[in-house]
Amino acid sequence: MTRLEALRAVYDKLADRVVVTIMGAVAAELQSLGHRPNFFYLQHAMGLASSMGLGIALSRPELSVIVLDGDGSVLMNLGGLTTLARYRPKNLLHIVFDNESLLSVGGFPTATSTGSDIAGIARAAGVPRTAAVQSIDEFSRTFDEALAARELTTVVAKVEAVGPSGYVTDLALLENRFQFQRYLKSAARTA
Amino acid sequence: MGSSLARAGREGGGRPRVRAHPVLGVTDRPMGEGLPTHPVHRHTPSLDIIAAPMPPVSTSSSRIIYDALKACGVRLISALPETWLVHLIRMADEDPEMTLVRLAKEEEGVGISAGAHLAGVKSAMLMQNHGLLAAVNGIVSCAQLYRIPLLMLISHRGSFGERDPWQTEGGGVTEDLLHALRIAYQHLEDPLHVAHRIAEAQTLAYSSNKPVALLLCRDLMWEP
Repeated sequence: MTRLEALRAVYDKLADRVVVTIMGAVAAELQSLGHRPNFFYLQHAMGLASSMGLGIALSRPELSVIVLDGDGSVLMNLGGLTTLARYRPKNLLHIVFDNESLLSVGGFPTATSTGSDIAGIARAAGVPRTAAVQSIDEFSRTFDEALAARELTTVVAKVEAVGPSGYVTDLALLENRFQFQRYLKSAARTA
Repeated sequence: MGSSLARAGREGGGRPRVRAHPVLGVTDRPMGEGLPTHPVHRHTPSLDIIAAPMPPVSTSSSRIIYDALKACGVRLISALPETWLVHLIRMADEDPEMTLVRLAKEEEGVGISAGAHLAGVKSAMLMQNHGLLAAVNGIVSCAQLYRIPLLMLISHRGSFGERDPWQTEGGGVTEDLLHALRIAYQHLEDPLHVAHRIAEAQTLAYSSNKPVALLLCRDLMWEP
């Protein structure tokens, strides 16, 4: 499975949810499917997308929050998994695309390529629901089950180490940030 | 939103009791347990290098700081424990209107505060100055890159009067680091200016969309 295929499989289900992604290929590929004002791309600060998702989920329990993370970023903030597990917001779904490499900086292998198991680490950290999936069908089914469960879930999706040809798009970082903030504000009025 | 926010933020499981520290009153981990002993040159270091007793962390100053944060509308606090912050963290933990997020490392708090801000909740970070050192990349490439107002309360360890040798390097670089990061800051030294300075720091954070820092100083945080 490629990450782009996985994103395409769940794209329609992101429509009315709050989505926070990491930098690089995840951000560029999600934008290639179509940017929406409820998508925020943390284009640096590796490791903190899950922390941002936690901050949003705790602040706005009525909203459904999805974090699209990666193995390189998770490995930079393994302690963050223990904080997620400690507060275990029911409205947070944590997806980790694991391509076993730091693709956007040259494809250097991460520790998941030599056996480190992020789903296992999340489970041991105390995340109440975890899964590791290999195929699109498994990913789609696990994604739906996690949303229905209304319990903090980390899903690790093994994906191929392929990505887009470039990472810079014409969506400026601050344009994205203020648009996303306005989306969250308007979501309050309709809630 | 306050009460539901606070309920959502409570921890899922129980947590172990903290232990009493023989000098400071409360600490977070057992002292001196599990250390290897050398079979030949065994030496039991003395705890009495500085004989004068240490005064306790000030409950009254901590209360003034906490009340000032509440008065500014802060409803989420992320924190990593340290001695000077014990009362502040306890006050946040006991307040049903406050969401307390206990961190594994301070940099997480930057992401959590960024998320809270975009979601419409005012937050503050409580950390030691060594926590500031640990959070630098998050401050630069999340809070500054994305123009996030970040209210950081930093205990200024390692300055004059510091007895713990391990705190003395961080104290010397804290203000230089804040200057290098172009983060506006003030000292909190006197209970009389605490509320005013916290309110003004938050005002600047929001008008500039930038991080600001308040250095919690020894004269404020310890009983005289």
